[in-house]
Amino acid sequence: MEERPKILLLDDDPDLLAVYEEILAHLPSRPEIYTATSGPRAMKLLESESFRVLICDLKMPKMDGLQVLSAVRRKYPQLRTVVLTSVLDEQFRSRVYALGVDLFWQKPSTDDEVKMFLECLESLLGRENVGGFRGLQSKSLVDIIQLECLSQSSAVLRITNGPLTGKLWILNGELIDAEADELTGEAAFRRILSWKAGNFELLATDAARPRAIFKSYNALLLETAQALDESAGAGAEDPAKRAAHTLLALMNQFKGIEFLLVAKPGDGSAPDACGLENPKPTSAWAQQTVERFRALADRFHAGPLDQIEGLGPQRNVAIAPHGETAVCVGWHHSVPAEEVHETTKKVLAQWVS
Amino acid sequence: MGFLKFFSKPPAAPKKLPSGSFTVDRDGQIVVSTLPQSFPKALLRDIADRVLKTFRGAQEAQLPLNELVVRYTGFKLTARNLRGAALVFLTPLTPLDPTK
Repeated sequence: MEERPKILLLDDDPDLLAVYEEILAHLPSRPEIYTATSGPRAMKLLESESFRVLICDLKMPKMDGLQVLSAVRRKYPQLRTVVLTSVLDEQFRSRVYALGVDLFWQKPSTDDEVKMFLECLESLLGRENVGGFRGLQSKSLVDIIQLECLSQSSAVLRITNGPLTGKLWILNGELIDAEADELTGEAAFRRILSWKAGNFELLATDAARPRAIFKSYNALLLETAQALDESAGAGAEDPAKRAAHTLLALMNQFKGIEFLLVAKPGDGSAPDACGLENPKPTSAWAQQTVERFRALADRFHAGPLDQIEGLGPQRNVAIAPHGETAVCVGWHHSVPAEEVHETTKKVLAQWVS
Repeated sequence: MGFLKFFSKPPAAPKKLPSGSFTVDRDGQIVVSTLPQSFPKALLRDIADRVLKTFRGAQEAQLPLNELVVRYTGFKLTARNLRGAALVFLTPLTPLDPTK
């Protein structure tokens, strides 16, 4: 008789555990369900029993989900791990996938979502016998694309670089489309390839996606690599020219930007700026504001300074600190506050890339 | 080796992040506050001073502002410019708060 797979459920809410236990009992593979309400308890259970899947919440007292997953991935590399959480932040999704977790799920709230979750989980339980290697580390995006195309795969590759998200559609080993922000096709592909770091995940194939890229993936990779080399070479000759070019490209990329400025700690030199006739006063204000509120954070342990936004009658402005420098973005006053916040994060990520 | 404990300082307990609002006039005087009495007055004045300086600096840099939002990983400060005075809101955020 085939042994029933064992699932360990970890959540600090006992009521929620009871609900999930009930739901998971209806999986076709009829798994044995174990529960734990704390990270240390889950670690104890993992030592005593052989589990196939660990389903873990993120937000827990004492030992949070990320700590548990980090320990589990190191100690039990063969264990399938699933995160089930109500945290919507994209940053956590990236961190969780970076730990090598198999699935990241928002806690299902409708019948359809529960059904989809169960299907994914059943598929994960069934994957145990397939074997294969898991965990790709320090591979470039080019390597991953080549790997997928050479193996004649069909999949959607979702790539995230902080707040930036892109998708590549691969059908039978051919790259058929790409999407990044408002761009599609080859332009989106080039944009994604310009990112220096990030995470990726493979999503189910989308055969219905119309083809927008007609070049071979090798030709595209070569062209993009050449374009990136040329752009880097141009910058090596004149860094100021390169900075101006980058800022101008960012202004064209994001709608609603009126000026862009990179404020550096004061040596009196002109800041890199675009869209401002006299950038010095704005640069000085941005730099002072960052220093002022960084110092305030130190006084009452508020954590690192993330972003500063100012809303005004003429224009809105956002300052995103990055190391010693600060990227200051002037937005048209019609751009709403929330969009200023979110899009400035993307501008910073793109500028860092 | 227990005697070594005599020489080590106990770790400082993290301070509770303030939650509430206050109004500061254009001279930096706190007019009214909903923050707990225990919250240090000097720190309150320090926050007010930084906010007023930022609004004034923005005005001088030809970037007049009505509102300022300062986001930290665990904390958010929102300030409204009231013609030189300011209304300041302090909101703690937990690291896993999806609403931050």
